[in-house]
Amino acid sequence: MDISDFYETFFEEAEELLADMERLLLDLDVDDPDVEDLNAIFRAAHSIKGGAGTFGFTVLQETTHLLENLLDHTRRGELSLRRDIVDTFLETKDMLHDQLDAYRNGGEPDAEAFERISRVLQQIALDELGQQKAVTKATAAPAAEPAPAPTPEVEAPRQPADDQATRDGAENAKRRLSIALVGVSDKDRALLVEELQHFGTIVSQSGDAQRYQVSLDSAESQDDIEAVLCFIIEPEQLSIEVDGSASPGAGTETPEAPAEREPAEQAPAPVSEPAAPAIPEQTTSPEPAKSQAAPARAAGKSGGKSAKGSESSTIRVPVDKVDQIINLVGELIITQSMLEQTASDLDIVSHGPLVNGMNLLQRNARDLQESVMSIRMMPMDYVFSRFPRLVRDLAAKLDKDVELVTEGKSTELDKSLIERIIDPLTHLVRNSLDHGLESREKRVAAGKSQTGRLTLSAQHQGGNILIEVIDDGAGLNRDKILAKAKSSGIAVTDTMSDDDVWQLIFAPGFSTAEQVSDVSGRGVGMDVVKRNIQEMGGHVEILSKPGEGTTTRIVLPLTLAILDGMSIRCGRETFLLPLNAVLESLQPQAEDVYSMAGDDQLLKVRDEYLPIIALHHALDVAGAKTELTEAIAVIVQGEGRRYALLVDDLIGQQQVVVKNLETNYRKVPGISAATILGDGSVALILDIADLHRLDRRKSQQRHEAKRQHLHEVARV
Amino acid sequence: MSPQANMDAHIADAASSEYLVFSLGDEEYAVDILKVQEIRGYENVTRIANVPEFIKGVTNLRGVIVPIIDLRLKFHLDKVEYGGQTVVIVVNVDDRIVGIVVDGVSDVMSLSPDQIKPAPEFGVTLSSDYLSGIGSLEDRMLVLVDIEKLLTHEEMQLVERTAESV
Repeated sequence: MDISDFYETFFEEAEELLADMERLLLDLDVDDPDVEDLNAIFRAAHSIKGGAGTFGFTVLQETTHLLENLLDHTRRGELSLRRDIVDTFLETKDMLHDQLDAYRNGGEPDAEAFERISRVLQQIALDELGQQKAVTKATAAPAAEPAPAPTPEVEAPRQPADDQATRDGAENAKRRLSIALVGVSDKDRALLVEELQHFGTIVSQSGDAQRYQVSLDSAESQDDIEAVLCFIIEPEQLSIEVDGSASPGAGTETPEAPAEREPAEQAPAPVSEPAAPAIPEQTTSPEPAKSQAAPARAAGKSGGKSAKGSESSTIRVPVDKVDQIINLVGELIITQSMLEQTASDLDIVSHGPLVNGMNLLQRNARDLQESVMSIRMMPMDYVFSRFPRLVRDLAAKLDKDVELVTEGKSTELDKSLIERIIDPLTHLVRNSLDHGLESREKRVAAGKSQTGRLTLSAQHQGGNILIEVIDDGAGLNRDKILAKAKSSGIAVTDTMSDDDVWQLIFAPGFSTAEQVSDVSGRGVGMDVVKRNIQEMGGHVEILSKPGEGTTTRIVLPLTLAILDGMSIRCGRETFLLPLNAVLESLQPQAEDVYSMAGDDQLLKVRDEYLPIIALHHALDVAGAKTELTEAIAVIVQGEGRRYALLVDDLIGQQQVVVKNLETNYRKVPGISAATILGDGSVALILDIADLHRLDRRKSQQRHEAKRQHLHEVARV
Repeated sequence: MSPQANMDAHIADAASSEYLVFSLGDEEYAVDILKVQEIRGYENVTRIANVPEFIKGVTNLRGVIVPIIDLRLKFHLDKVEYGGQTVVIVVNVDDRIVGIVVDGVSDVMSLSPDQIKPAPEFGVTLSSDYLSGIGSLEDRMLVLVDIEKLLTHEEMQLVERTAESV
């Protein structure tokens, strides 16, 4: 599978996240924002960033990174929201959407737009977090640094032609810029002037709403200033001219002069003076030219594909709708078999059309069932094949050697679960790479091979699906986690069990990483992971040994997973055994059965002695065959234990839809789930390992009772 | 109750709520009708081992596995027969669907708050924990069962927290 196979999924996901983000931003109460909502917005940005990083959509990743930084401050309460900040966030969201569309059509996003938005976002960070300027700068700078990187390749053809020269000049010397604002309202103007102050010293300002003139001494290039101002007004409303170098003399002696002269000179400029427009044109023209060029390029690159790409070839459907269809189809099958039963009693000759119709109905119903079922099931490969790229890039970024091993790719999982497992799994993999695996030097020092190993595995077990992320890194640091928990005000004690300590890392905002990197360490990851898994009805376990590594295990229930089962009969009841637990079945011979320590019995199967568990004993089935040699022994294996399960009869193999018992009831000992048979009745699916435990408990109870009885008899 | 009075009760008392009345033996019980999802006949139930007797097992309700409990067994009634009148009231409480076997369903009653008397302290079989009161309607007495409390009550063993104790 190629990584580009998943582009579409990412686009859909990201689009959904952006829609969520917009909705939340719009609902946000600026004066008293809900922390949950802020967290949700932040997580949406975080997830998009993660995805964009995976697929190498650099511009998208960097834009979201900037946005995420601000959102992070917001949710910590360090940045108080204002309407205009929210507006900027919304604008960024629109920008992200445009970028997404550009990538979707196989193009590159508009670099200028990206530059502009990242400047605005950085400006907010500077303005609003003034007191923490130093801190923000430190984090914003590395974020901003890669920003220009992708732009040259897109901008390249344009750059030498236009403002390279002016820009170079601008970098060194402060110049006097005269900025004209045309048709700008008072409110916006105040805002613009305020913005301009950040670029340099305002020498003079005058004019009215129609035309307002500002003289500014600034080292910034015209493009930069325009980029910022264009968030408030349209490019047509703005013109920026260079007045020449801001010599100290000109700046201080004649502050009024340029301002007064300018309007007169400027007003007729576009009509009469050919020289004057030359400069404004240079600054404003790239904008429309660019926006025309961008779609053209996108269309040129993707050609016919763009038309296809923009129209999504899949539909996202709520899971419960699919569930409903599956249930209804199940009912249909049952009704159909009932009808068939009735029709089979009729005379074929006189009811020919009916019988033909029944056959047709049967075929159609089966086809329908198959197609509905196939909607849901997908191999784990769909998830796992996303990771080699991610691991490679991350390993390179972190300067570590990592070998990725995947196991159980063909394990089938419900589509809804597959889709929802991707994000948590991505977080876990990132965490393992960043925090789990040590650097080469540390590994060698610890006597391990230089290359770290990251294993992703999936398997069905005891009615659950186990997905594990295993690293052979340093393991979790108990002391560090406890210390961090204490400092974040979480109630902990030093005597907590390891398991409890490991669970602490799932607390919101918990991260022991000293530095926030764009890989991990913000402390969003793990709480999202836990939340996502819990929403799926599963749970997360962590096993960690210092120096040996960490295993994060996701246990998901088999909701709606399909099981290959073997149906068996015991008494008048039907049960299902998971086929992968069944090794073989045989008729026990009297000479192969050995007694041990009273009640326990062993069955000799080819040099191996297996304990015998009678199903009718464990589950109190009435009317079962009690004579060992009449029953059938099914050799089963679960959680490493192997035993012979005595049943009355084998009925056959069939694929069944696993129905959770816990939805409306609770966990039943010895049973993993239930399913619905062809006749509409419910059959229970046996949990091989738990059945063994159940039988142990029961025979212990029997022993107790027996001993008590003997005791009483002895006394009498 | 005269039709006029009935109508008045409907108009005047917005606080009155409707109850589904069902019979267990000779006694009449009632549950809040808003909790009732549907009423269906008693069908084949798949037995579950190692659970209390009153949990009859699970059944298939349009593709959903639903536990069925027999309130007659739970309330220790003498006669427990499955006949044509035996029905299952399917209730939906706390996002769970549970079927309750009863001897029959009679009617739907509207009870105003003043018709509901507090539940007296009962003996051991019927804990007042899950009774919301006694509805008195002329000469009829309805035992109002708080179905939500009853089904989540520990002794029902329907909910997970008791699962470990076998």
